[in-house]
Amino acid sequence: MASGREVAVLGVGMHPWGKWGRNFVEYGLTAAGAALADAGISWDDVEYVSGADTIRNGYPGFIAGATFAQALGWKGNRVSSCYAACASGAHAVNVARAQILAGFCDVALVVGADTTPKGFFAPVGGERRDDPDWLRFHLLGATNPTYFALYARRRMEAYGASPADFARVKVKNARHGLANPYARYRKEVTEEEVLASPVVADPLHLLEICATSDGAAALVLSSLDFAERHGASRPVRVAAVSTVTPTFPNAVIEMPNFATDSGSTVAPPERTFRDSIAAAAYEEAGLGPEDLDVAEVYDLSSALELDWYENIGLCKEGEAERLLNDGDTTIGGRIPVNPSGGLACFGEAIPAQAIAQVCELTWQLRGQATGRQVEGAAVGLSINQGLFGHGSSVIVTR
Amino acid sequence: MTQLKERVPAIEGWFTTGEAPALLGSRCTTCGTYFFPREDTFCRNPSCSGREFEQVELSRRGRVWSFTDNRYQPPPPYVSPDPFVPYTIAAVELATERMVVLGQVAPGVDLASLRAGLEVELVLGTLYEDERHEYVVWKWQPVGDGGREG
Repeated sequence: MASGREVAVLGVGMHPWGKWGRNFVEYGLTAAGAALADAGISWDDVEYVSGADTIRNGYPGFIAGATFAQALGWKGNRVSSCYAACASGAHAVNVARAQILAGFCDVALVVGADTTPKGFFAPVGGERRDDPDWLRFHLLGATNPTYFALYARRRMEAYGASPADFARVKVKNARHGLANPYARYRKEVTEEEVLASPVVADPLHLLEICATSDGAAALVLSSLDFAERHGASRPVRVAAVSTVTPTFPNAVIEMPNFATDSGSTVAPPERTFRDSIAAAAYEEAGLGPEDLDVAEVYDLSSALELDWYENIGLCKEGEAERLLNDGDTTIGGRIPVNPSGGLACFGEAIPAQAIAQVCELTWQLRGQATGRQVEGAAVGLSINQGLFGHGSSVIVTR
Repeated sequence: MTQLKERVPAIEGWFTTGEAPALLGSRCTTCGTYFFPREDTFCRNPSCSGREFEQVELSRRGRVWSFTDNRYQPPPPYVSPDPFVPYTIAAVELATERMVVLGQVAPGVDLASLRAGLEVELVLGTLYEDERHEYVVWKWQPVGDGGREG
């Protein structure tokens, strides 16, 4: 990316993931406070608040930017709130970045927080026969793990992947997350234990499907000028944010849809949607997969992490299992993936998760990821996808 | 003696209910793109500004792209029998429409008998029942699997 189009990650902060059962605003405040302290600035210095919305916590969740601003103390800040399903956090980062790059403000606070119900994610209430997310539960009984399992089985059918390969992703991530103070699950598991846990959606076991969690993450973003004036001479920088939609026709079946687009009149694009999310980020940053030192990918299931290896260009299609089994994606390997422990150790706190990915990459690039540090990491990529066509990828450099 | 329940579609207008049931989609009359569920408002093809659509029956046969099952009861609005009965779901590629369509697999089909590329056809089967009605939905069934009904 041409210089002048980057912003600094001045501060990062999180509230530990868990099932705490408290109001999401409380978690958001904790994360915001931690990010401000990490940046060495006060709430008075913040000009803009970008909130990532939660749709399971009533009206305050739909207007998260104002909710967090009020909790911190209204002082006439400009605010925004955005929703992009699992990609909400990255989209909130993108809003804040654009405000800074446009010169409307120097310092922005990005916050996402969630309180989640127990069990499967269900559609929001009411009978809505024109909402595919309602209909897929009603007519198909297709839960989120249904879609994860369809992708997993496809890897087995197309590339000869095995349930043991998938289990080893969980084993790796569980080990990575052991020392992460923000992770909900900090316990080693063996391949045998994963495979002995109940099958939820064949071929995926309970221990391979991410839980739903409470949690919060926040970033203080600033212009590079502000960062320098503030004494941060070598801050982590946001080099790219990709928030692309799919390109028609999207030929891969996606949650919560009943069908793919039809490729009968227009040939499907060369890049799948997930490929294109990373490609847009690489293009904006002027970097490629060969430049990466570390990646945080959205392992909603163990098997899905393998798809992401290919989507972000770490290997060719069908080679992800080899990459995993060679230890390339383990800390100490060629390109460690999910040193935080990933969703396997966190569970998903939807609006916070993509922000948490950036927190982890920032700690990695500063050399502050105690107990899970990727040595010498200078370029990191996060990637994720929100349902209904929301790409999410952030590249940070130092 | 129990009265036969009336069989009604679990959703109106998504499939035909005759001898050879088929999914009902729509097709843009300008560019020819197929849609399921039906699209009647706008054509998703970015180089087409079509606003008119005709109803079409989709291919009744396709080939399995992937499959899974569900072993835990989903939350509502899935209507589950008590006790919950696990079911299989397949993603099926339709050649003419060049699209993949999800559906439950007809009950009694062993998951281990499925594989990518297997030819399946559309049948109707019970999704759930109440006192007076049996609500039916489309299901995929391996071709030559004996006309078993869900």
